[in-house]
Amino acid sequence: MVLLQLFISFIKIGAFSFGGGYAMLPLIEEEVVEVHRWITTAEYVDILAIAEMTPGPIAINSATFLGYKVAGVLGSAVATVGVVLPSFMVMSLIFVFVLRFKKSPYVNWIFKGIRPVVLGLIAAAAVSVGGNTFVDLKSVLIAILLFVLVTFRDLNPIFGIVLAGALGVIFF
Amino acid sequence: MFFKLFTTFFKIGAFTFGGGYAMLPIIQKELVDIRKLISEEEFMDAIALAQASPGSVALNTSVYVGYKIKGLKGAIASTLGSVLPSFIIILLIAMYFFRFRHNEFVDSIFMGIRPAIVALILSAAYQMWKNSRKTYIKLFSSIATVGLVVFTGLNPIWIVIAGAVSSVIYHKYYWPFQEERER
Repeated sequence: MVLLQLFISFIKIGAFSFGGGYAMLPLIEEEVVEVHRWITTAEYVDILAIAEMTPGPIAINSATFLGYKVAGVLGSAVATVGVVLPSFMVMSLIFVFVLRFKKSPYVNWIFKGIRPVVLGLIAAAAVSVGGNTFVDLKSVLIAILLFVLVTFRDLNPIFGIVLAGALGVIFF
Repeated sequence: MFFKLFTTFFKIGAFTFGGGYAMLPIIQKELVDIRKLISEEEFMDAIALAQASPGSVALNTSVYVGYKIKGLKGAIASTLGSVLPSFIIILLIAMYFFRFRHNEFVDSIFMGIRPAIVALILSAAYQMWKNSRKTYIKLFSSIATVGLVVFTGLNPIWIVIAGAVSSVIYHKYYWPFQEERER
């Protein structure tokens, strides 16, 4: 039963998250933390950290990890297939109808409407993850430092995470 | 060719850190520059369609490029290739990580990493906003999305659908009316 729920949740996540990566986070959080309560917000953020640090797309990494946490190896297989399947099917359809898709103004309008929502979803992910993260001034300082380094100094995000982990050991 | 596509995408999946967008330049180098399996323009089309479609951008690009090179078989090969490394690596970490998760040292590392994740997400949003054509309507939709997700807990799926529907209505009925009036 839990396997079927996992599968359906990750199909939903795969099918309705536009913009890839970070834009998928609020949906994943909604499904696994809010709706099904499989994990806590703190566990969710830890999984995100690991998904960021390991190779490959974040969505697939977090699906595999969450699936394992909820229902072991079988769970991780089910969640991964679930998150991949909509991509595969939608891209297949697009490949077949690519020219027709390109010409329709409706498709263009739909994407114009979705893009700012995607941006909002990414910002919302930061707000909801941040709500449980900022325990004191030190964690706020780490966030500000990392934001400046990654945004304006082109620091590689992986090095950023390693740096933040080191700061965590020093500060906490 | 099936095996070659698989190994190429496996390599890409196994060695690109930092999520989907970090994989794109490497896919480009392997398939366009080195192996010349598709042209530069075809690759750009693939990325545009991948970004416009639901799901992971890197994965969508892999599926499309696979189709382009070898049809359905190619798409299956490239999808398996780009998913398997993630799957194997994460599974190993998940199995091993939970053994030493409750440890003070690991806890303090994660105390530092959590704020960094917030910073990375904000940085991505900031860069997207900076690179987009800024209008008040877009700003309003983005802020409304944040408000709805954070304060009402509305499922993001509905906001995505509302964004798409309202944009179609706006462009179909409001825009022609505006042009008429200006004339």
